[in-house]
Amino acid sequence: MVIISCLNGGIDFSGVRAERFEEMEAALGLLRRMPPKQSETALSALLSLIPQHSSDLLSQVDLPLQVLRDTESGKDFILCEYNRDADSYRSPWSNKYLPPLEDALYPSSELRKLEVEANDIFAIYRDQYYEGGISSVYMWEDDNEGFVACFLIKKDGSKSGHGRRGCLEEGAWDAIHVIQVGPEEEEMAHYCLTSTIMLSLATDDESSGKFGLSGSIRRQMKMDLTVAEGHLCNMGRMIEELEGKLRNSLDQVYFGKTREMVCTLRPPAEIVQMRLPDT
Amino acid sequence: MAGEEDELPEETELSYDQKKEIAKWFLLNAPAGEINYVAKDLKAVLSDEEVYNEAAMEAFPVYNKSHMICLEMPSRDGDVIVSSYSEIAENEYIDPRTAQVAIVDHVKQICTKVRPANDEELPSLYIEEYRNALDAEIQRYVSESYPKGISAVNCVKGKDTEGPGSDFEFVVIITAMRLSPQNFCSGSWRSVWNIDFQDESQVLDIKGKLQVGAHYFEEGNVELDAKKDFQDSTIFQSADDCAIAIANIIRHHETEYLAALEVAYSKLPDNTFKDLRRKLPVTRTLFPWQNTLQFSLTREVEKELGLGK
Repeated sequence: MVIISCLNGGIDFSGVRAERFEEMEAALGLLRRMPPKQSETALSALLSLIPQHSSDLLSQVDLPLQVLRDTESGKDFILCEYNRDADSYRSPWSNKYLPPLEDALYPSSELRKLEVEANDIFAIYRDQYYEGGISSVYMWEDDNEGFVACFLIKKDGSKSGHGRRGCLEEGAWDAIHVIQVGPEEEEMAHYCLTSTIMLSLATDDESSGKFGLSGSIRRQMKMDLTVAEGHLCNMGRMIEELEGKLRNSLDQVYFGKTREMVCTLRPPAEIVQMRLPDT
Repeated sequence: MAGEEDELPEETELSYDQKKEIAKWFLLNAPAGEINYVAKDLKAVLSDEEVYNEAAMEAFPVYNKSHMICLEMPSRDGDVIVSSYSEIAENEYIDPRTAQVAIVDHVKQICTKVRPANDEELPSLYIEEYRNALDAEIQRYVSESYPKGISAVNCVKGKDTEGPGSDFEFVVIITAMRLSPQNFCSGSWRSVWNIDFQDESQVLDIKGKLQVGAHYFEEGNVELDAKKDFQDSTIFQSADDCAIAIANIIRHHETEYLAALEVAYSKLPDNTFKDLRRKLPVTRTLFPWQNTLQFSLTREVEKELGLGK
């Protein structure tokens, strides 16, 4: 049975004064109203206005993913907080930091094995759904004897990128799935997945001119599952399910609402009434 | 992964001007109808009334004109459209239909009072004949096609022309806005049509610019940003005949554009969106996570057959 709870990031306000609560609420409110394509500028502006909330803001808000080339393996990998140490980023392919870093953090060798397998399998998943794009998976041990895994996908669906049908002038999809896996107890484990999708698409043609939709949503999903088929299987299925739900939600609900709004402003005409001159 | 103990870089206090520029940026980028919500949140993060007030004084007029906001006139003669085409002075906007000038408080977004327009601000009788005829036709069109649309026709060039022999130019504005905070939704439609009356060629050169926006933000944030430019022309006729011809052209293009937007939306799920992410893999089944052996085999086969998919 799937439980999907809609939380806006699950802010933990324990021990925070009322004013600070209001500042964070206001900051998040601003981010919900600024154009999605300007989210980086908006976040950067907020970080400079309320630097005391930096770590809260950075953990609540996702930005479009950046990519780096791992020259050793010849493959791209995605950058995020979860593979960063100081100013270096760890490649999931070579397990090395770029630029090189001394005394850096690494997952245990056992977790690294799972991470390697996850990257390989997720690359195939990514290929089947995205027909291109880049993916990366990072794992690390957490304090509760479990671990956390982060599955990332970045796709450029524009006609100059990996867009197969050439529909899009511009097409960006960033998916961030962070899944907390609890310790195994009696062959079961608790999984908590938070998925964020950010996308922007734009078409430009004769009849509809410049048409652009952009936005982001984040949802959570918690499940208790048997570990009989392994963690990767469980995590993979949850991600696939939630990603599919978010895709459909964006398409039908979110974009649908903007379509409804356009029709509210100017309903489609049943008959085009032409007035002829009186002469 | 970054540890909790990492030190944040030394923070330099933002200057007054820097804070003001940031404040202005947030205000100017508010979606249609939402500037006051943005203002409220902005004040909470700024915690500096002086900076906010100065930023608001500078940002609100720009925002108001760009969004062509409509303000009710106290004389109960309807709404005046605040735009660069109707601007007489920074806080004064002419309503050609009622020949009044509205004095406006940009930050409060209200019309504080009206005064009759003086002769220098109004077009000549000759121009007014054309303007008024067009205004009436556009109003008719807008009332038929827009549930809550407001329009105006301003003469932006040649308003003192006494008779035939000179060029003059009108701008037709049509604006509709919807704000539904309880439904976390807002939207706006802006049409700006430039009508260039060219005396020598006896032709009306028509250029249109449509901009449609919508924002939905219930547990998420999605925006539509659509725009299109138009070009058309018709012959220079009597005031009434011109009015009918222009209104027909506008009606035709706007109706077609709306239909094209509908088509763009209907193509989303199965075409456009697919270039980002398919609903299902080509196999039309969910991904077989449990079958790790199958993966290595599949990859080998794909490599061998050179399947780039």
